[in-house]
Amino acid sequence: MSAILRLEGLSKRFGALAVSQDICLELAPGRLHALIGPNGAGKTSLINQISGALAPDAGRIFFEDEDVTRLGLAQRARRGLVRSFQVASLFDGFSALDNVALAAQARAGSSFRFFARAGKAADLNAKARVALDRVGLGERVGRRAGELSHGERRLLEIAVALACQPRLLLLDEPFAGLGVEESAEALALLQTLKTEVTMLLVEHDMEAVFALADDVSVLVGGRLIASGAPEAIRQSPAVREAYLGEEEAA
Amino acid sequence: MALLLVQTLNGLQLGIILFLISAGLTLVFGVMNFVNLAHGAQYMVGAYLAAWLIGLTGNFWLGLALTLPATLAFGLALEALIYRHLYNRDPLDQILATFGLILFIDEGVKTIWGAEPISVDTPAALAGGVALMPGLLYPIYRLALIGAGLAVAALLYLIVNHTRVGMRVRAGASNSAMISALGIDIGRLFLIVFGLGATLAGLAGALVAPILSVEPGMGDSVLILVFVVIVIGGVGSIRGAFLGALLVGLIDTLGRAFGPALLDLAMNPSAASQTGRSLTPMLIYLLMAGVLFVRPSGLFPVKR
Amino acid sequence: MNWRAVVPGFGFAALALVPLAARWGPEAYALNLATRALIFALAAMSLQFMLGCGGLVSFGQAAYLGLGAYAAAILARYGGGDLLLEAGTAIPAAALFAVATSAISLRAKGVYYIMSTLAFGQMLYFFFVSLSALGGDDGVTLDARARLAGTDWLASDRAFYYAALAALALGYLLLDRIVGSRFGRVLGAIRQNPLRVRALGFEPFRYQLAACAISAALCAVAGVLLANLNSFVSPAFMTWQRSGDLIVMTVLGGVGSLGGAILGALAYLLASELVSTYTEHSGLWIGPALVLVALRGRGLAGLVWGGR
Repeated sequence: MSAILRLEGLSKRFGALAVSQDICLELAPGRLHALIGPNGAGKTSLINQISGALAPDAGRIFFEDEDVTRLGLAQRARRGLVRSFQVASLFDGFSALDNVALAAQARAGSSFRFFARAGKAADLNAKARVALDRVGLGERVGRRAGELSHGERRLLEIAVALACQPRLLLLDEPFAGLGVEESAEALALLQTLKTEVTMLLVEHDMEAVFALADDVSVLVGGRLIASGAPEAIRQSPAVREAYLGEEEAA
Repeated sequence: MALLLVQTLNGLQLGIILFLISAGLTLVFGVMNFVNLAHGAQYMVGAYLAAWLIGLTGNFWLGLALTLPATLAFGLALEALIYRHLYNRDPLDQILATFGLILFIDEGVKTIWGAEPISVDTPAALAGGVALMPGLLYPIYRLALIGAGLAVAALLYLIVNHTRVGMRVRAGASNSAMISALGIDIGRLFLIVFGLGATLAGLAGALVAPILSVEPGMGDSVLILVFVVIVIGGVGSIRGAFLGALLVGLIDTLGRAFGPALLDLAMNPSAASQTGRSLTPMLIYLLMAGVLFVRPSGLFPVKR
Repeated sequence: MNWRAVVPGFGFAALALVPLAARWGPEAYALNLATRALIFALAAMSLQFMLGCGGLVSFGQAAYLGLGAYAAAILARYGGGDLLLEAGTAIPAAALFAVATSAISLRAKGVYYIMSTLAFGQMLYFFFVSLSALGGDDGVTLDARARLAGTDWLASDRAFYYAALAALALGYLLLDRIVGSRFGRVLGAIRQNPLRVRALGFEPFRYQLAACAISAALCAVAGVLLANLNSFVSPAFMTWQRSGDLIVMTVLGGVGSLGGAILGALAYLLASELVSTYTEHSGLWIGPALVLVALRGRGLAGLVWGGR
């Protein structure tokens, strides 16, 4: 089967800083692909380009064999190319349920409906509850997102992404700032999710990456220096030198 | 031909005045992210203070010299009492406060100086006219005003581009988070920017006192023109304010003078004169719409 | 008990009693003032929908008020002076103007948006100032108050008050439904986090454009009523100061609350009226009061119960 996502020669500069240099990458459907790299390697910039929040200077992006390079964030999201944010990006004034129901609403046809109460839309709320149960926030449906703990907000972020019915889910550091116990829960959650949805996981937590990933790519200084099975990456001298070596030195 | 020259000079003069007012306001928007609707009222206060001080001293130059520190003091008082507490707040609170200030200041000048327009004599040294071409006299004062405005623009350009303070102001306009990272005292920078804006607005008010009638509400109509200038030029950009102001001044003046006549050529006279009179005051707004459509951040956006 | 329905219900019931109370005082003056307050409440509420619910700080709302008023004046002049016909003309006219100008304004963000709405409002103002066919600066007088579906019910000031109250109540119910609808939920989400909304697959521009049109349409109805109340229309209806007044009313009542906009409008108009009976220089009192409210934050509620 052909790749679900294909990057061809993606390049992006901010002034003198090259955040992406001629990146080529293919993601196979049904797998969890992890993207690792030291701070400032350009991981988030790459996620932003794939999701459509940032336009690349050169190169092309194919999603399910369609060239989406020129499509905006919203258009890509509607095609099932869905992302989560590194810093949880929620509607703090809405309840947890409404946050997720809005995501379900985005998939449920036109939102130019002016009269029926959205809060009483049983189909949307049911979908939202399923997603919230999935991430273990079933008890928190009525809480305002702004009142949730940091860990709960990270989980809500994933629930929102799930309710968007992703064909490919881009997860930007879902483990960032989580405690040991919360990390373990999130890890278990992603273990079950990876059987259902293709994921591109950007992560710092090496333990999580090697526990979850089917494939791993390494980004250093805006370049992909290696791509392959986790074991191969762990053993690769180039990676150890460029990345793991730096970590040890630091 | 003579008319064209006169109207071009008039347009230039309006543009210069608009520049003096918008230069300060565009920095206040850009550096402080502050919506100051009362900037036009500060211009009006400048005109009133000039009229009062010139009358009091009996000398135009002395009055003008006293007006500048007076408007600066007035602006700094507003900053200390009100504006300072509204930085980093919801723009709606800033709008509410400065809208309230307009009501207060408009009513205040009416209470102090009365609702009747006040006129100010042109200084003797600049009275009379100069012959631009045979049979065409143009008031010297207006020419001097254009010259003074250009001199201030040049001075401002030097300050903003070639001094340490100017560098900080530019840094602030392009990235307000950066100035605190650079260890610059934001409170002091804001005070400088605000004081500069207040003084320039006051100067503009003082300069127009001899050629416009000084009256309550004179700042309100100017304020909107200044907004148009800033939208066209780009928030935070002195260069944008300068070119935007000249553009608005020229188009508005020439459009009103020649728009109807030009339309006469295209359609029958009575229809043309009606359309012309309706359309010409709208010209600058259409220009603004066009600029916004093509460049939503103005012609000379400050890099963010 | 559903308080969301009960509180507004009591509010509107209380407003319905005003004409009865007015009989004990200077009836004509009181009714005129109360009707004007209701009409401005409708306009302020339409602005609240954009500004509070949609996060769009429009400084050109008075343009829609003016469009509505001029639509009424033009129809009245050519014998079409029926309230339904006037509203039916004013609504699409204002919505169309809103869509055309907002399509450009919405490209701009933040302060740019505020200033461009202000400038478009001013553009329309100058258009009517120089339109000599409709009296230009001097405005135009309406010969008679509009009829209602062919009847002359509205000729009585009391009936006209109830017509304004009905428009306000209907407008409230309509906007309240829209705020709670799927559309309203997207709009509220855009106000909080536009990037997130796009990442979900919504295009904010379309929703904001529709919100502008809805707001303009409702404000135009207020304009139609205002023209008929005053029997007179002039460009002064649509000065930017008038737009500023509407923002003041909206912010006073608390950003985001439709009922708050109504209370803010009533409070602002009645306070201005009260102050001006005691002094010629009302600005000297109203102005500082607004500054004080702004410094405390959160509108009148902030003044009473403490700021942010």
